[in-house]
Amino acid sequence: MSSSKKTVVLLAGLCALHLAVLLAGFLSPYDPVRQNRDIPFAPPTPIHFAASRSIRVSSPFVCAIDENRNEPDQYVENCRRTYPVQLLVRGAPYTLLGIVRSNLHLFGVSAPARLFLMGTDAYGRDVFSRFLFGGEVTLFAGLLATALTLILGAILGILSGYYGGWVDAVVMRGAELFLALPWLYLLFALRAFLPLSLNAVQAFLLLIAVIGIVGWARPARMIRGVVLSSRERHYVLAARLFGGSDGYLMRRHIMPDTYSIVMTQAALLIPQYVLAEVVLSFLGLGVGEPTPSWGNMLSTLQQYSVLASYWWMVIPGLALVPVFLGYIILASDLSLRETGRT
Amino acid sequence: MLFLTRRLLHGILLLIGVSLLSFLFLQLAPGNFFDEMRLNPQISRDTVAALYQQYGLGKPLPVRYFAWLESVAKGDWGVSFAYNSPVAPLLFSRSRNTLLLTGLATAFSWMIAIPAGVLSAASRRRHRWVDDTGTLITTFLLATPDLLLALGVLWLAIHTRWFHAGGMLSPESADSSMPSRMKDLALHLVAPLVVLVLGSLPVLVRHVRAAVVDALNSPHVRAVEAHGISQSRILFRHALPTAASPLISLFGFSLGSLLSASVLIEVIMNWPGLGPLLLEAILARDVYVVIGSVMLSAMFVVCGMLIADLLLFLADPRIRTEDLA
Repeated sequence: MSSSKKTVVLLAGLCALHLAVLLAGFLSPYDPVRQNRDIPFAPPTPIHFAASRSIRVSSPFVCAIDENRNEPDQYVENCRRTYPVQLLVRGAPYTLLGIVRSNLHLFGVSAPARLFLMGTDAYGRDVFSRFLFGGEVTLFAGLLATALTLILGAILGILSGYYGGWVDAVVMRGAELFLALPWLYLLFALRAFLPLSLNAVQAFLLLIAVIGIVGWARPARMIRGVVLSSRERHYVLAARLFGGSDGYLMRRHIMPDTYSIVMTQAALLIPQYVLAEVVLSFLGLGVGEPTPSWGNMLSTLQQYSVLASYWWMVIPGLALVPVFLGYIILASDLSLRETGRT
Repeated sequence: MLFLTRRLLHGILLLIGVSLLSFLFLQLAPGNFFDEMRLNPQISRDTVAALYQQYGLGKPLPVRYFAWLESVAKGDWGVSFAYNSPVAPLLFSRSRNTLLLTGLATAFSWMIAIPAGVLSAASRRRHRWVDDTGTLITTFLLATPDLLLALGVLWLAIHTRWFHAGGMLSPESADSSMPSRMKDLALHLVAPLVVLVLGSLPVLVRHVRAAVVDALNSPHVRAVEAHGISQSRILFRHALPTAASPLISLFGFSLGSLLSASVLIEVIMNWPGLGPLLLEAILARDVYVVIGSVMLSAMFVVCGMLIADLLLFLADPRIRTEDLA
C-alpha cells in the first residue's frame, strides 16, 4: 500500500515538473532569448525581505545591480531605491503550448531593476527563463523519443513474436545489430549523415527521430518475449478458434499483455533519452542557439573559465539528477509490481 | 570448440551487418563534404567536380561499398576527405588512447564493483545498513549523468590543482625523462578515469549484487547451509562460482556502454581518442572517418564479447561439454 502511495507521489512530482516547463512562458519573468549585453554572467539576484533594522520583515524586494567600477564583470547592489517583487505583471509576450498568446507573467520587478533567479549567461540572458524553456525542449524530446521507440519496438516485437519464422529471424538479427553497437556511436553515426544547420523546430523533430530510432531493439526483444508466451494462452487460442483475424488477436488479446513491460521500459528509457538530447545539444549536434535546451545551456561550460567562475551555469545539469532519480525509482517500482504480479 | 567457432562466425557476420547498415545510412544522407567546398568562391567548380569523381561519391551504393571493402582489405579503410589521407592510420593512433582509457576504466571499475557487490549481497540479512547504504549510493550515482560528473571533476581539478584538467600530455613534458612523462600521463588520466569508473560503477555493482544474491538463494547453497558449513566458505566456495557466469556475459556488454561514455568524456576532457575525431568528422561530413570509427567501436565490442565467450567456455563446464552431448 505504502509503495503504491510512493509511486503516486513520484508520478505527481514528475507531472508537476513537466507542467511547469509547459507553462514556461507564464512562470518565467523574461523572454529567454532577450539579451542584456551590459550584464553578462550576473550572479542570481538576491531577494531581500528586510530593508533596515526598523523594518523587520517586508514584502520581498530586490535592488538594482550596477557594474563594479573598479573591477569589470563584478557587480554590486545599489539599494538606494528598492523594487518590490510583483505578482502577475505584464511583460514580454509569449505563446503557451503554441496556442494561447499572452504577456502575463507570474512575477517580475519594474523596469530599471531586474530579477534573475538563476543569474545571467554570457549574453546577459536570464538563465531561469532559459531553464524553463530549455526544459520544455529537453524533457519533451525525451518523452516523445521514448514514445517513438516504444511504438516501433511494440510493432516489431509483436509482429516478430506472433508470426515467428522469417519475420522473427529478420527482426531479431536487426535487433542484434543495433544492440552490438555502442549506442552513442550509433546515435552519432545516424546524426552524422543528417544536415547540420537546421532551425529549432526541425532540429527538435530530427533529434526525436534519431534518438527514437536508435533504441528500438531492446524493447522489441522484451515485448517479443512476452508475446511468445501470450500467444499460446488458452483465451488467445479460443479467440482464434472462433475465427478472430491475426490483426484482431494481436490488438485485442496480445497487446494488453505487453502493457506492463512497456510502462517499465518507458520509465527506464525516458531518462536515457533526456540525457541523449542533453549530450547531443551539448556537443552542438542537437538544438542550436538561440533556442535554449538544457544541453546547449551546459555547452558554455566547455570553456574552463566559465566552469571555474560561474556556478549557476551548471543548474540545468544539476536539475537532471532529481528528474533521473524520480524516473529510476519509478522504474524499479514498476518492475517490482510486474514480478510481483506474475 | 564448436561453441567458440560459432561465436566467432557470429561476430564476423555482425561486423558485416554493421558496415552494411552504415552504408545504408550514408546513402540516405542529404549533402556531403563537397557541398561546403562548392560554396567557396576560391575553389573552381571543376576542381570540386574532379574531386567528387576522384573519391567516387557519384557512384551507386553497391559500387562504393565494394570499393570500401577492397580498401579495408588493403588496410586503408577508405579516404578521409578532411585529412586527405587513408582513414586507418588516423583511427589507429587515436584508438590506442581510447583503449588505454577504457581498458584502465574497465579494470578499475570491475576491481571495485566485485568486492562492493559481494559485500552488499553478503550483508543483506545480518547487516542491512551496509546493503542499504550501498543501494543508496549506487542509486544516486545512477541518477548522475556522466556529463555532470565530468564537469564536477574538472571543476575540482581547476580549483585544487591535484591533477590536470584536460589533455593527455603537457607540452613541456615532451623532452623530459621517461618516469616524469609517465607521471604526467598519470596526472592527466585521473580526471577521465574517475568519471568513467564512477559512471559505470552503479550498473556493475547492482548486477554483481543481484548475481550473488541469486546464487545465495539457490537450492544447492541452501543445502550447504543446512550442512552447517561456515558463511565465508559458502560465499567464496559455493556462491561465487555460480555467480560468475552471468557476470562474465555482463563483462562483454559493459565494454560497449563504457565506449559510449568514453566518447563524451574524451570530448569534454580533450583526451585525444576516438571521441574528438568522431565529432570532428561529423561536423566536417568526413563520412569514411565516421564509418571507420563506428566499425572500430563495433569491433571492440565484438572482441569484448568474444573474450567473454572464451572466459565463459573456460569457467562454465555446461558450455564446455555442450559439444559432447
